[in-house]
Amino acid sequence: MNLAQFLAGRLVKGVLVLFAIAVLNFLLIRAAPGDPAQVLAGEAGAADAQLLEQLRARFGLDQPFLTQLWIYLKGYLTFDLGFSYRQQQPVLNLIMERLPATLLLTGAAFLVSLVVGTAMGALAARRAGKWSDSIITTLALAFYATPLFWIALMSQIVFALKLGLVPNVGYETIGANYTGLARALDIAHHLILPALTLGLFFTALYARMMRASMLEVAGADFVKTARAKGVSQPRVWRRHVARNAILPVVTLAGLQAGQLVGGAVLTETVFAWPGIGRLMFDALVQRDYSVLLGVFFISSAMVVGFNIITDLVYRIADPRIEASA
Amino acid sequence: MNFLKRFARNRGAVIGILILLTVIAFAILAPTLYPQSPWRPVARPFLAPFVNERFPLGTDTLGRNLAAGLVHGARVSLMIGIVSTLVALVIGVPLGAVAGYAGGFVDDALMRFTEFFQTIPSFALAIVLVAILQPQLGSIVLAIGVVSWPPVARLVRGEVLSLKTREYVQAAVTIGQSTPRIIFSQVLPNTIAPIIVMGSLMIGSAILLESSLSFLGLGDPNLMSWGYMVGAGRTRLLDAWWISFFPGFAIFLTVLALNLAGEGLNDALNPRLARGRE
Repeated sequence: MNLAQFLAGRLVKGVLVLFAIAVLNFLLIRAAPGDPAQVLAGEAGAADAQLLEQLRARFGLDQPFLTQLWIYLKGYLTFDLGFSYRQQQPVLNLIMERLPATLLLTGAAFLVSLVVGTAMGALAARRAGKWSDSIITTLALAFYATPLFWIALMSQIVFALKLGLVPNVGYETIGANYTGLARALDIAHHLILPALTLGLFFTALYARMMRASMLEVAGADFVKTARAKGVSQPRVWRRHVARNAILPVVTLAGLQAGQLVGGAVLTETVFAWPGIGRLMFDALVQRDYSVLLGVFFISSAMVVGFNIITDLVYRIADPRIEASA
Repeated sequence: MNFLKRFARNRGAVIGILILLTVIAFAILAPTLYPQSPWRPVARPFLAPFVNERFPLGTDTLGRNLAAGLVHGARVSLMIGIVSTLVALVIGVPLGAVAGYAGGFVDDALMRFTEFFQTIPSFALAIVLVAILQPQLGSIVLAIGVVSWPPVARLVRGEVLSLKTREYVQAAVTIGQSTPRIIFSQVLPNTIAPIIVMGSLMIGSAILLESSLSFLGLGDPNLMSWGYMVGAGRTRLLDAWWISFFPGFAIFLTVLALNLAGEGLNDALNPRLARGRE
């Protein structure tokens, strides 16, 4: 199977997943207690009888079930994710405006947690049984159990409010009108706390996976061979063990990365980060279900896209996969 | 006895169990310790902790007793954690067992279904489910169960795949036992150990998920929960840090204890697979 075929296969699969999510959204609207038209209108529908009538006509709510489903899916096919009557804007516009901030946040959190996590895990495995291993394993265990929203709030108190090392909330300094590099640095400064707290859980996860994977590879025959023929210890660990141990970790990390998008709802809420997670929280508060379902759909699409990219990178990085596929 | 000894040798697991027993004791004693509703304002708002012994952890923005909220919240967290894990097991175990035992087309279809649920960002799905079905105990438990079952199904499927070729299963087939009976009486009982381990670790993630939902305002409005308490203190973070600190720390300790105990359980139940404790 060559790369193009593989990519085509994955794309078809991804589209099927998104199709299923659109159907799920449709079913959810009907699962909500009350009139589906009211759900589509959100809070705006409570008072406005005319709007409800309009929505009933537009979504064919008096038509048979399958016709309704078809009308709903047709919307998704034409990139119409509905309309937010609360904000008087198409849902897709609202999301696209906010998407870059979320991509930046989740991307940064992913990279930081992958680099720090694998480094911690590798160090712990190298020193297995020593006190530095115990410290890292304990830390990983603690991070693993920490509620994301709570550590975000606590680090906000300590590092932003008390110590004043980083900005408290927001994406950039309002009114500063920075441009170019100055603006990038300003955003990076705002990014530190949200990205670190969002990545904390995953740092722990990757550290634990990397440690286990390293210890497993360290017992393999080819490592013994390398030692037997006199390769120096640091080189064995670096070239033979770490290189082979990191592959499964990266695969799993790619699969897990989708969960970052969910975690972004909490981080963005705490740090007033203007991404789709914050949009989702606002939609929750305002009972704006069209936006809620739209964000759910787009974040799922992000996960699908991300998984395809990881698979692709992985295939290019490790030719053995193609051979065995 | 052997099992207990192996478990007790693991210091982390013992600490975990001790913390857990403390939390459970508080949860059971909650109505005795603080018979009044934890929602009732009982003192001046923003009372600092460790000052007044009637309110050891201080009061919140409305003058509600934080200690009372904490012990009543323990009931909610533990209950939701356990029940929603059971829901996940009820979905995941049969699905995985059928997929693994049937094989072929059924296996393919069920595994695609599982993969689909693993692809969806689980926290986002949980938010959408609870928001649409309205925040109530039932919808929260259901949502957490629905996003947590895929790993269970995969685990059970893997176990069943390896068990179904064993001789005693073949023997059951030969003497003409019905397929459901073989699955329930021959295969599943032998997968219980890994399911228990996974379940104990899942309770921790379920508690984290529940607290995240109620932090966002998606908790049951009638139940005092730790996540809600953290969220309620958010606006006065700087001058009343304790309102958000204590409930969050309670979540941390409980989840940590569950994970420690779960790993201890894993090592004790699968001594051969136990990671070398150097």
